[in-house]
Amino acid sequence: MKQKRRVRVMVAKPGLDGHDRGARIIARAYRDAGFEVVYTGLHQTPEEIVEAAIQEDVDMIGLSSLAGAHKYLFPAVVELLREKAADDIVVCGGGIIPDDDIKELKELGVKEVFTPGTPLDDIVKWVEHNITPRQD
Amino acid sequence: MNDIVEKVVAGDVRTVARLIRDIDDGMPEVREVLKDLYPHTGKAYVIGITGAPGVGKSTLVDQMVAHLRKRDKTVGVLAVDPTSPFSGGAILGDRVRMQRHSMDQGVFIRSLATRGHFGGLTQSTRSAIDVFDAMGKDYIIVETVGVGQDEVDVVRSAHTTVIVVIPGMGDDIQAIKAGILEIGDIFLINKADREGSDKTLSDLRLMINMDHKKYDRGEWKPPILKIQAVFDKGVAEFIDEIDKHAKYLIETAGGLDFRESKAKVRQELGEMIKARLIEEVIDRLTESGDFDRTVDSIIKGKIDPYTACENLVLPIVS
Repeated sequence: MKQKRRVRVMVAKPGLDGHDRGARIIARAYRDAGFEVVYTGLHQTPEEIVEAAIQEDVDMIGLSSLAGAHKYLFPAVVELLREKAADDIVVCGGGIIPDDDIKELKELGVKEVFTPGTPLDDIVKWVEHNITPRQD
Repeated sequence: MNDIVEKVVAGDVRTVARLIRDIDDGMPEVREVLKDLYPHTGKAYVIGITGAPGVGKSTLVDQMVAHLRKRDKTVGVLAVDPTSPFSGGAILGDRVRMQRHSMDQGVFIRSLATRGHFGGLTQSTRSAIDVFDAMGKDYIIVETVGVGQDEVDVVRSAHTTVIVVIPGMGDDIQAIKAGILEIGDIFLINKADREGSDKTLSDLRLMINMDHKKYDRGEWKPPILKIQAVFDKGVAEFIDEIDKHAKYLIETAGGLDFRESKAKVRQELGEMIKARLIEEVIDRLTESGDFDRTVDSIIKGKIDPYTACENLVLPIVS
């Protein structure tokens, strides 16, 4: 059957942060938008996240962090993807992240950052507009 | 194209990952790749794991991978989760239990959604098995909820089919007696520390013993094991049972290469024809617009669906 390619995203929680309620809600919203969502669970290293993303052939990785280590963890994922020649996979972030850090993260290659209070619809729409399943 | 085949056989992770997605997405180009991969398949041992949601399949698979890695075997895991019938999306969460293996180069874990294409799950999962096989994985574990014919077919195509249950599911066992329980080569009672595991054991034993005539003829008698996957209790013994089953297959069924088994080839070819036929026919009817036109005609009462179906299909196949 000639199917339309489905968007595949990974939702991951890097680092020691144990709060995954937000990540689960995002995963559910993505599912309801018709995406295939791979959820990796808690306490992932950037290396584990990147390896899993490559094995799963996802179009985007959504990283969730509420524990303050985003300035190290998010760019580390971007950098590893680049090393593995897999930087066609888009990296997004969400969580408790100060405005100043958002600017810095974006400069380092994180495509978008969503902070608390962002409506789920906006997050889903952003993915629909900015993530296309790979075409080749 | 041959470039892809070479990379798969060399075990290139990115190439394999992308190829499996292309298979799942029904990209026509993959057919040529699969043709060229076929000669490189037939070496892997395929284990199908099935059971109701929550019985501990992913946790079990995680422990199996650890044991097989200790034996220096490489492993591919295909974890199937259901697609939402409403949105078409899916949450694929089996990886959560297995992430400790993600950095291990000898392990490749891939989540698949059931999607709900016509017979497509069986076909695409089997092709994904072929890809893992060609990349040189010694063991391939397919994990699925086992609801519906497609999923039953998926696990049935394994060398060893494993059914996982938990205590207290006695009534459920009754309900599905004539279904998936018939296809088990090994039965596991997981979470066996829970109340009722002896009752579940005797229920299963009773059911299996009803086939005693088969065992008298030397056919495989499915063992039942009590395990606690989360504590790694009984998993080593379970792997030993898989080895015994493999030995049985080699001694009685003439080997493990699916490509030489008449029954498997019959089944596989039949399913391939079915999937390909549906694909070709539906594609042709959608592209020509006949499909939508006929739907309109049926709604307007101009034709009944039975005649319409005949009018659409017969000219194509005759």
